[in-house]
Amino acid sequence: MEQLFQTLYGIPLLGLVFQLGGYLVDRLPSIAPIVLGLAAPIALGALCGVMNERSGVVNIGIEGIMLIAAFVAFVAGAFAADAFPAEGSDVFGVTPALLIGVAAAVISAMLVSLLHAWLSISIRADQIISGTIINIAALGLTGYLNRLIISANPRAGAGTFKSFNPPDALVDLPIIGWVLNMFLDQGPIAMIVIVLVIVLQIMLFRSRWGLRTRAVGEHPKAADTVGIDVIALRYRNVIIGGAFAGLAGAYLTLEATSSFQNGMTSGRGFIALAAVIFGRWTPIGSFGAALMFTAAEALGVAIRFRPPDGDLAALGDVMTAIPNQVYGALPYIITIIILAGVVGRSIPPAAVGQPYYKESRA
Amino acid sequence: MTEPQAIQPSAPSAVPSPDRTLAAPVENAPALEMRGITKRYPGVIANDHIDLEVRPGEIHALLGENGAGKSTLMNILYGLAVPDEGEILLDGVPVTISGPSDAIERGISMVHQHFMLVPVLSVAENILLGEETMANAIFLDRSEARRRIRELGARFGFEIDPDAPVGSLSVGWQQRVEILKALYRKARILVLDEPTAVLTPQETEEIFAVLRRLADEGHSVIFISHKLYEVLAVADRITVIRRGRVVGSRTPAETNEEDLAELMVGREVQLTVDRGESHPGEPAFTVEDLHVQDDRGHEAVRGVTLEVRAGEIFGIAGVAGNGQDELVEAITGLRKPKQGRVTLGGRDVTGSGPRKLGAAGLAYVPGDRHRFGLVLSFPLQDNLVLTSYHKSPFARGLVRDDQACEDWANRSIAEYDIRTPSCDVPAGTLSGGNQQKAVVAREFSRDLKALVLDQPTRGLDVGSIEFIHRQALAKRDAGTAILLVSAELDEILELSDRIAVMYRGELVAVVDGRTANREEIGLLMATGRREESKSPIGAEV
Repeated sequence: MEQLFQTLYGIPLLGLVFQLGGYLVDRLPSIAPIVLGLAAPIALGALCGVMNERSGVVNIGIEGIMLIAAFVAFVAGAFAADAFPAEGSDVFGVTPALLIGVAAAVISAMLVSLLHAWLSISIRADQIISGTIINIAALGLTGYLNRLIISANPRAGAGTFKSFNPPDALVDLPIIGWVLNMFLDQGPIAMIVIVLVIVLQIMLFRSRWGLRTRAVGEHPKAADTVGIDVIALRYRNVIIGGAFAGLAGAYLTLEATSSFQNGMTSGRGFIALAAVIFGRWTPIGSFGAALMFTAAEALGVAIRFRPPDGDLAALGDVMTAIPNQVYGALPYIITIIILAGVVGRSIPPAAVGQPYYKESRA
Repeated sequence: MTEPQAIQPSAPSAVPSPDRTLAAPVENAPALEMRGITKRYPGVIANDHIDLEVRPGEIHALLGENGAGKSTLMNILYGLAVPDEGEILLDGVPVTISGPSDAIERGISMVHQHFMLVPVLSVAENILLGEETMANAIFLDRSEARRRIRELGARFGFEIDPDAPVGSLSVGWQQRVEILKALYRKARILVLDEPTAVLTPQETEEIFAVLRRLADEGHSVIFISHKLYEVLAVADRITVIRRGRVVGSRTPAETNEEDLAELMVGREVQLTVDRGESHPGEPAFTVEDLHVQDDRGHEAVRGVTLEVRAGEIFGIAGVAGNGQDELVEAITGLRKPKQGRVTLGGRDVTGSGPRKLGAAGLAYVPGDRHRFGLVLSFPLQDNLVLTSYHKSPFARGLVRDDQACEDWANRSIAEYDIRTPSCDVPAGTLSGGNQQKAVVAREFSRDLKALVLDQPTRGLDVGSIEFIHRQALAKRDAGTAILLVSAELDEILELSDRIAVMYRGELVAVVDGRTANREEIGLLMATGRREESKSPIGAEV
């Protein structure tokens, strides 16, 4: 066996491909939890996108909603930590301050979503412009408030949730062990993502709410003629979708890091939109897309810290020769390729972006 | 066979509502009675004291031209509009219908002319929508829904696959889905708005069979139409509406097409214009082995060859979506053909743009006057010179001659009987018939060798149709080669000297227009063949 790999790796040029395969199989278990962690905010943003677009509303403001939620989470957590100092619990290191931070993030995100809903559903403004306003306002507002509140009076904040440590017995299981580890070696927000994805997937295709949502996104008039309140359903979906983006924001400042930086969402909201398209407007599909994007990012990290060596030295030479920024740019490059429509044809809900005019009763 | 409940005025449903819980149904009352319904809009009386009575088990046709007030009346019945005067009685009990959901709850369902179906959802999902059969508070009971849909279909004579995506069904089957949707909601009164507009004659017959079965089971059917022979074929009673008033009520036995047409239009109408003899000359316009791709890159036109002679009308019949649009676009220079040759008056014009074709003597009346025929927000006079503004006398060098344009517009308005307050109003404010007359005026007055008419009378009233048909025949007699494309089989049969049937991008047959048989062409439209075959998804039971 060993010999076979040696031979395969030794083939000029083509051998590099085999080496890459070998490297990925070798490193995957250790980078898998990182991949999922990085994917969590993108997947949550994508769920927000699915909720919006399936009911016919374009929301490119996910980035901004996420950023506002991240800021609110940090500030609310920091103030709460001062007010209710407490030791973290054994599992996840939960403190009241962290919970307050998450709640504040979700609520603030829902409020911003309400603004988007009002502009795009009731006012029937251009939805792209509404989303852009939210993105620009979020960047400016959080940057300003950051200087006003945080920089002026630096505080530690509420800290972070802790990762769950799965028992070794589980992690060491053959074949599935690393997959379990991937989903369990996480903080609470990242861990709940997979649950939300599956629940939303089932709801969208099996429940009354899902059927109505899909119908409203495709042909609102048809839904209206059978007595479905198109306007109310869209409002509800946009606002609930906002809650997911809020969770994503909370993840950034209360789980992944314990601080807030200006513009820290750094395009995750837009990558989430790409994930929605790549995932063909399904929760599972967009989750998979999010994982794919972040796998590319994690690969860059892995190469920096543990480049291929030993048998794989040839590959290591090539990889380390490529500037690390290239790996950092990978998810964005993949996003561009996907948005350019290279990966098959992805058909959006027919009524997406179109405000609904109800026939007035006269 | 159990007697369906629908024959009995059914018991009040679960949701309480004052007039349904307090008043008991009146014995032997009509299923629906509308009394003295009046609806005024600014400047018009859409409905002027209309009375309508529909009995259980009756197919009641509502006949009238576009704009006569049929739709307003039905919108009132469906709760989409509130009448200014009058009352509605269901089973003899006065009711107020507050909106579509209220109407549905009271057993009134509407099949809209433009189907209210979601193409990407399955048959079952479309039927369930809004009236979901639930397994519990959250999830749908899909197997129960499938079972009930199959059962309902079987009861009315067809088998349908509940899991087929609606977008994959033919129009005829989509219509059945709409009817099933109504029945699933336990509709007792079913309103069908122009249900046959998009169907082939065979599909029309099939739908009529379904409607008769519905009536036999005690449902009331209100059938809105402006096609006289269909109304005579299927209705038990016919109410004719003109300018918002009921002008007559007939049974098919005591009337005929001429009588109904006169009632509907208010004057004697020649239903089929006498087309006279045609004197075809040399081939003026030919298409050879034309292949055209649609927007998605599929081959929509697959090797069409045809030849239209001067002084002849060549009709292309076919169900919409069989490549007619792409064919017309390729011929008129709006779409580049992939392969093939188009000649006009002996010159090769393949791939030429619209302006070049226009200069070579081709005029085009597009199928969609709103999108392609007119600039709705421009004044009528600008629309009348859209294809000639760059030439003398409308342009002097780079400058437009306003006076010439206006004179021309006024002349066209008089000659083509365009009813408009002036030539300066936006084209969009005119009625459909007058908009189409404007397009016809513009195109017909060019220096013509050949004329392409795409659905020239879609959605127009009988009077305008008559006018446009006369104009087309006059052009034919003047020696123009005319290509007529229409999904309206009657129009093709009435005007064409030769008829070709387009099916899946090919012309499957060419027959003589004067001896053509309606059924044969209908069959060719539906199947591309002359003999009977199985329907696409389900067999007739």
